[in-house]
Amino acid sequence: MINESIAYLLLNIDKYYEAVIVHVEISLAAIAVSFMVAVPLGIWCSKNGSVSYSVINAFTILRIIPSLAVLVIAMPILGTGFVPALFALTLLAIPPILINTYSGFRNIDPSVLECAAGMGMNTEKILFGIEIPLAMPLILTGLRTSATEVIASATLASYIGAGGLGDFIFTGIGMNDARILLIGGMSVALLSALTEVSLTAVQHMVTKYQRD
Amino acid sequence: MARTAIEFRNVSKQYANTSQYAVAGVNMRISEGSFITILGTSGSGKTTLLKMVNRIYEATSGEILYFGEHIKNLKLEEYRRKIGYVIQQVGLFPHMTVEENIGAIPQILRWDTDTIANRVNALLELVCLSPRDFKKRYPRQLSGGQQQRVGLARAMAADPDIMLMDEPFGAIDAITRQNLQEELIRIQRKLNKTILFVTHDVSEAFKLGDKVVIMHEGTIQQFDTPYGIISKPANEYVARLIATQDIVQRLKVLKAQSVMLPVDAQVSDRAFRVGTEESLHNILTYFLEHDQNHVLVEDGGRGVVGKITWEQLKVSTRQGKILSA
Repeated sequence: MINESIAYLLLNIDKYYEAVIVHVEISLAAIAVSFMVAVPLGIWCSKNGSVSYSVINAFTILRIIPSLAVLVIAMPILGTGFVPALFALTLLAIPPILINTYSGFRNIDPSVLECAAGMGMNTEKILFGIEIPLAMPLILTGLRTSATEVIASATLASYIGAGGLGDFIFTGIGMNDARILLIGGMSVALLSALTEVSLTAVQHMVTKYQRD
Repeated sequence: MARTAIEFRNVSKQYANTSQYAVAGVNMRISEGSFITILGTSGSGKTTLLKMVNRIYEATSGEILYFGEHIKNLKLEEYRRKIGYVIQQVGLFPHMTVEENIGAIPQILRWDTDTIANRVNALLELVCLSPRDFKKRYPRQLSGGQQQRVGLARAMAADPDIMLMDEPFGAIDAITRQNLQEELIRIQRKLNKTILFVTHDVSEAFKLGDKVVIMHEGTIQQFDTPYGIISKPANEYVARLIATQDIVQRLKVLKAQSVMLPVDAQVSDRAFRVGTEESLHNILTYFLEHDQNHVLVEDGGRGVVGKITWEQLKVSTRQGKILSA
């Protein structure tokens, strides 16, 4: 079975490379966009207690909508291909990063911030020198969750013609061909695992001070 | 005559959504180089008073002056860098080593690397931590007492004129606290910093302060030397507060120079000599152990400046006792 899959893979290696690249591109784009939206938003929420609940709840509710549904709803507006896929995946990826950024900032010991201010650090120094580094372990946890989810869900992009490893999975299902299905499925699993491992390594690095 | 480091002019503070004033109409001048302790129970306004100096809290009304300048006219961050700040929770940056914590402000001030490194070493030695052993450690790897030593070193990094300390030794065990108190006195004598030190511990306030501010319900009840407060409590509240101290405790905070009788003439007396800072407690112990009835008080280079007799000791102790009873 695996041999057959490999044989098929070698025959279609160009198509496979292209699918992997598209899959990675779309996932990276979604993670990058959601990171750039969710981190500042999370920071803003942590400093504006009164609105934080509404914002976080709004994104959590959006997240309940299945990604496939988002794709279908977005299609008439955004068309097919890369853009609606990016939109749906970004929506999916925002809440874990948002919530973790928020908690990361809220969990900082207030006395640390009081000292930083009392010593004469300005808001910018406190944000980049103290708050972000201290919240980073939690932000990265959020990023890991999002990244894993995005890579898995990016298979759906294939439904609206955005390509990616989803092509192999859906072709496999459509043609009832386990070889093709296996190639798609295994590759997505491998990508997820790789992301998880590398992000865990980064997280390990930034939390060094908590261990030795 | 020392300059006035900090002056409070009719300063009040009312927190939002409260009708009461946390601090009400405080007027006070603090001379440069003095060690002032601010004593009060929780809710007395002592911490609020302290934290208005570096504008962690903003005064609702009144003015605070820093060497004659209105603090509101000074650029906030630059002003704060001239003030060392130490709080009970220490507040070290957990993701930075001891070295980086102490060097944080010098770094912002763009000192060069060597100067910072030397400064860190000197400060660690000042607070009795070996630079070699501690520089590279993270706060988590230090005991509570060691953390507060680093906190103290960090607060002094940019050589501030004034130190604000909010119950810095409040969460530290009794023995370590005593060591830290003695080291703080030593450091203050050496560097002649102006220190404002908040505490709820009567003996700590009296032991450390050249002068003690007693706060209650947002107002200053008395601002005087420990001796002045013990011998002449300004009101009922102060009297009750110091009465909680037993007589032996009180003798510990009274210093020889505060009760001695001055002598001008050359003294050829061979009686026992004590320093001006010697506590009456130690002098009493000497009297009892050696069956003596007087000692001479010596002031370093100036020779004998006064004497304390058994009678004098009894009178000054009783003064405090009667008035505070």
